[in-house]
Amino acid sequence: MNKANKNEIFSHDLPATRLDPATQAKRDAKIQVAMIGFCGCWGCTLSFLDMDEALITLLDKVNITRSSMTDTKRIPGRMALAFIEGGIANSENIEVLEEYRENCDILISVGACAVWGGVPAMRNVVPLEECFKEAYIDSPTAVPGAIQVIPYHEDIPTITTKVMPLHEVVKIDYFIPGCPPDGAAILKVLDDLVNGREFDLPSSMNRYD
Amino acid sequence: MIKIIIDGKEVNAEVGDNILDAAAKNNVYIPSLCYVKGEKCLGTCRTCSVKVNGNIMAACTIPVSEGMNIEVNEPEVTDMRKSLVELLFSEGNHNCPSCEKSGRCELQATGYEVDMMVSRFPYRFTPRKVDHSSKYIWLERDRCIFCQRCVELVRDKETNNKIFSIKGRGTNARIEIDKSLADKMPEEQVRAASELCPVGCIIDKSQGYDVPIGQRKFETETIKQRALKGNIDE
Repeated sequence: MNKANKNEIFSHDLPATRLDPATQAKRDAKIQVAMIGFCGCWGCTLSFLDMDEALITLLDKVNITRSSMTDTKRIPGRMALAFIEGGIANSENIEVLEEYRENCDILISVGACAVWGGVPAMRNVVPLEECFKEAYIDSPTAVPGAIQVIPYHEDIPTITTKVMPLHEVVKIDYFIPGCPPDGAAILKVLDDLVNGREFDLPSSMNRYD
Repeated sequence: MIKIIIDGKEVNAEVGDNILDAAAKNNVYIPSLCYVKGEKCLGTCRTCSVKVNGNIMAACTIPVSEGMNIEVNEPEVTDMRKSLVELLFSEGNHNCPSCEKSGRCELQATGYEVDMMVSRFPYRFTPRKVDHSSKYIWLERDRCIFCQRCVELVRDKETNNKIFSIKGRGTNARIEIDKSLADKMPEEQVRAASELCPVGCIIDKSQGYDVPIGQRKFETETIKQRALKGNIDE
């Protein structure tokens, strides 16, 4: 969302203190993983944390760069894996997802929203205009007497007409369905990929709810 | 008893059995959605498609015959069955996380059996009207897969008239409920109709979310295990 001729500075453009070379070298030697949540509830990231103590073993092998837990704003380089939750609901989502596709070897679509749209996609059966009216004009929480407006500004991402699954925007390599998927299912997939095995989510672990 | 060949193995089958039942008796699972054991075959969903002497046919519609060569776990037809399930998931609005039938839904359970993670077809999000007007039944049309189980097998006790029907054609097709007959349905019949529906389209208004996650019907025993035991509904 960088815009020319605007007097603004992003936090990721500010000068940073470098890590000491030894720690940096250790991190660089690991498998680089990026995470992101688009239009969803971050429940899949909570499920990621549900891997509990298995996370510690996993973190010996992987370095998580951009994610909602690390607060890194940009992918710092080439990533081996990306763990993506949430559906595509606005122009910024599309831009970031394309950036992920260009910079990551493997993209994994995690959770119902990423796989087919999920709960946010419930708006797909209603025209966008009606959704906006319900949210901003006829909202039960609208301030009485105030002029109701639908927010519109160049800095606000444009809402897409429909919520889309990730694979309708870019190529996705693997899918983990579920709302959210079980921590054990996420572990099975990540452990296989990190250790050079093929993706294999058995039907006993496959869940759509 | 006659001899048939399933996936290259010669096995026994009873005369009069269809391929689906004969395979189950020989411990070979064929996914199916519209077929109800003991009832006349509907042949609407085609999910049980297999190769019979090289031709693709719905297993529930074909009676076994001597020397029949049946291919079930053959790559081409396995992928076809999977694509049929995926089609159903893209055609309707199957929001498993918010569905009362989740965990005891045959479509969902079959999705797991055919290893579906995502549909290869674009999700359509067709707007479908829900009908909550009858006294005991929620009619959630988003989830209907047009199997016609309810159309053929749920009938008014007095008149034997159909309670459910399909109105319209093509993209306008929708399941309809005869409200006056539906409101006369006794409690057990409502429960049975809701159980008969392979998805969460016919929902008993008095029942929902009453079994904890992990203990639901197809979680305690998968649809495959139930089918091989000979009864999905028990």
